[in-house]
Amino acid sequence: MHIIVNGQDKEVPAGTTLGGLMELLKVDSRRVVVEYNREIINRSSWKEHISRELQEGDTLELVQLVGGG
Amino acid sequence: MSDKLIIAGREFTNRLMVGTGKYATMDLMKESLEAAEAEIVTVAVRRMNLDELGESLLEYIDLDRYTLLPNTAGAATAEEAIRLARLARAAGLSDLIKLEVIPDPATLLPDVVGTLEATRILVKEGFTVLPYTTDDPIIAAKLEDAGAVTVMPLASYIGSGRGFGDPARISLIIERAGVPVVVDAGLGVPSDAAMAMELGASAVLINTAIARAKNPPLMAESMKLGVRAGRMAFKAGRIPKLERASASSPTEGVVK
Repeated sequence: MHIIVNGQDKEVPAGTTLGGLMELLKVDSRRVVVEYNREIINRSSWKEHISRELQEGDTLELVQLVGGG
Repeated sequence: MSDKLIIAGREFTNRLMVGTGKYATMDLMKESLEAAEAEIVTVAVRRMNLDELGESLLEYIDLDRYTLLPNTAGAATAEEAIRLARLARAAGLSDLIKLEVIPDPATLLPDVVGTLEATRILVKEGFTVLPYTTDDPIIAAKLEDAGAVTVMPLASYIGSGRGFGDPARISLIIERAGVPVVVDAGLGVPSDAAMAMELGASAVLINTAIARAKNPPLMAESMKLGVRAGRMAFKAGRIPKLERASASSPTEGVVK
């Protein structure tokens, strides 16, 4: 199925979970903040969300803190 | 003598806040933060590059030592700034937010109307809001009324290193403000930082002038000293400027 991550089309297996997506993308889940279909997931409650199954057309933003002024 | 900077009830000793952007390497950034003896450091929120994950900034910032001040840089509207602020807070590392609403890439001047609107909303949501603003004292007062814990007026354009356009306007903001005034943007050299502090600013925030210096850690240290000198001068109380000379030696008993 297709999802959109950071503006890019991604093909992922049906049934992929949020936690599974992080593994697939090799993203360290301790440094990312996830916005899932515009719902921001607090880092402190990440574990409650890892088994959520992604759906066709879902949109995710994966952001992190970077250098800035 | 204790001379603490207090922002929203939190105490800080160093009045130089440092940005973490634009350094040639992460190591240079780390060394510069140390040389500045910074306590508050700004960071930005960006999409991860999924094709090249790279190192995390946070591997270079000791969170026991530094207070993170995430910014909303990149936001052109109040709505975008609010989204970035929420994302920054969701990282769970800071509820401070340096609010920037900047629609014009050529000047990077803040949209003060959008900034005021976003300040109101973020304060309601429990954020500790430090808005970047112009040197307009009317807007500064409105931001304070809206619940901003500091106001951060610019000296001149972000990254320009031009120093003060009109220091009298910053003085006016300082005179009227009930919250700390942090001069942000446009400072180029330690004398600019010292001037901000001499005017009575509570702190300054510097990024480009340090990060893009030939020797960033050395510039960071010089900025630290500039801030310290300026603060001491402010506390000491400057003499008034006179139109004419005033002799330093006794005018009586001159040998004739």
